[in-house]
Amino acid sequence: MRIVVDLNRCLGYAQCVPLAPEVLQLNGEEALAYDPNPDDSQRQQVARAVASCPVQAIIAEMDPPSDRSTK
Amino acid sequence: MSTHALIDELVTTFKAEGRIVIVGASLTGLRAAEALRDEGFTGSLTIIGDEVHEPYDRPPLSKQVLKGWVPAGNTKLPRLRAVDADWRLGVAAVGLDRDNREVLLANGDRVPYDRLLIATGVRSRGWFNPEEAKLRGLYTLRTSDDAAAIQAAFKAKPKRVLIVGAGFIGSEMASVCRDLGLDVTVAERSSAPLVGPLGGVIGDIAAKMQRDAGVDLRTGVAVEALKGDADGHVRQAQLSDGTLLDVDVVVASLGSVRNIEWLDGAELAAGFWGVACDAGCRAFDINGVVTDNIFVAGDIARAPHVLYEYQFMAIEHVDAAVLGARTAAHNMVNLEKGRRPHLPLPQFWSGQFGVNIKGVGVCSFGDEIVFTQGSVEDLRFAAAFGKNGRIVGAITFNHGKWLEYYGRLIEQSAPFPPPPPGYDEPADAKPMPARFPDPREPTGIPDVVLTGHDPTSRGAEFRPKAR
Repeated sequence: MRIVVDLNRCLGYAQCVPLAPEVLQLNGEEALAYDPNPDDSQRQQVARAVASCPVQAIIAEMDPPSDRSTK
Repeated sequence: MSTHALIDELVTTFKAEGRIVIVGASLTGLRAAEALRDEGFTGSLTIIGDEVHEPYDRPPLSKQVLKGWVPAGNTKLPRLRAVDADWRLGVAAVGLDRDNREVLLANGDRVPYDRLLIATGVRSRGWFNPEEAKLRGLYTLRTSDDAAAIQAAFKAKPKRVLIVGAGFIGSEMASVCRDLGLDVTVAERSSAPLVGPLGGVIGDIAAKMQRDAGVDLRTGVAVEALKGDADGHVRQAQLSDGTLLDVDVVVASLGSVRNIEWLDGAELAAGFWGVACDAGCRAFDINGVVTDNIFVAGDIARAPHVLYEYQFMAIEHVDAAVLGARTAAHNMVNLEKGRRPHLPLPQFWSGQFGVNIKGVGVCSFGDEIVFTQGSVEDLRFAAAFGKNGRIVGAITFNHGKWLEYYGRLIEQSAPFPPPPPGYDEPADAKPMPARFPDPREPTGIPDVVLTGHDPTSRGAEFRPKAR
């Protein structure tokens, strides 16, 4: 699974952090840091985090597109 | 058949059978390829990249990766859709033959195109002394491989790290060093960190942040020489104030250089600031004539911006890359009436020392600054930059939710100082000089630069064909 957080868009609401704490973390009050390549065991958590973002800043590729099979 | 119908037919045929080549396989190249397919382009698509890696995200390299949380190879970009492209990775483009419409590759191959997208971006500026540049323990940071090497060096617990240059990336690396408990010296030629993009008033705040975090910050000094041991590993740095520092790791964070050399002889308006293009991403040639089939996007593009006196703007931001890629892709498969402009309001962020720094507009275009919200002492504030009585940029420290408000004011060319936001106003909201360095100073080049009005005068140079 691959993710990228658009940190221009991210406003630091941090709704995602408790939903996927192993993938998304806060550094200080509002600087978000994330694991761009979370383990597949985190699928459910990441999906919830993506859905929870009030500004939809998390872009996730849950499954690779048809022209790419590798991780 | 009417002329209109003929032209429509031409567009349809191009979308089905055209050949598009994208040079540059990073964020811009990937997002442009995806956008081309979204636009209904089903012809052949070739993506050329000098790195062997598939497109990856760079911002995490100076943060999560150096910290050791995320392995360097784990920042590959999520794909938004299948692109069904012919990927030519690990082989650099070395030339452009516009007469025959071919891109020349390092392995001798020639790749024909009908339309070309130039997205070769920038590289990090290398160490100025070629002998010293060979020293082990000296790094620059741009690529995933760079980040892997620096992370390994940090992990080996060096006695002292020296960061040369306190722009955003240099400052972020210093922050990581402190998080890892490493002793770190930052040497900056100007008066404070971040002075190029944000001026001296904000620079002083950034300097205090660094010193409070335990960074040995030295400003107004240059690193004049590096000295190695018998094994060719860097051990000492000679500063311009006479100090000799013992260091095990040196990271040169001296800004970027545009990857234009492969365009030598192509007679495009290419130079120090990149390749000039119109607001629709079409490249200019060296005479200032716009081309029909060559497009530019990402860090290497330099285009006039309506909000900033139509000066050509060079932007090294993620946002500009993504939006530029989409606009270029759209315009590559549309004709005049269907074309769109790429006129982004520049936006950026930087996480350092636990503070979220976000900016909008072109702060360095301003000459005055006013604190509009929050408290500098608490490192939680917003400030606006102004020029000639209008707002041109804004910066927030841990106050990002307000950035949109300022972005709107900038888009409207609102007055400066801006109307009070009516929330959390500081006691003393008086404009003061923002203290940007003389633009002729060879340091602190911001990552958004206004480069004059002419496609060729201030950035381009004549690079004749090799004979």
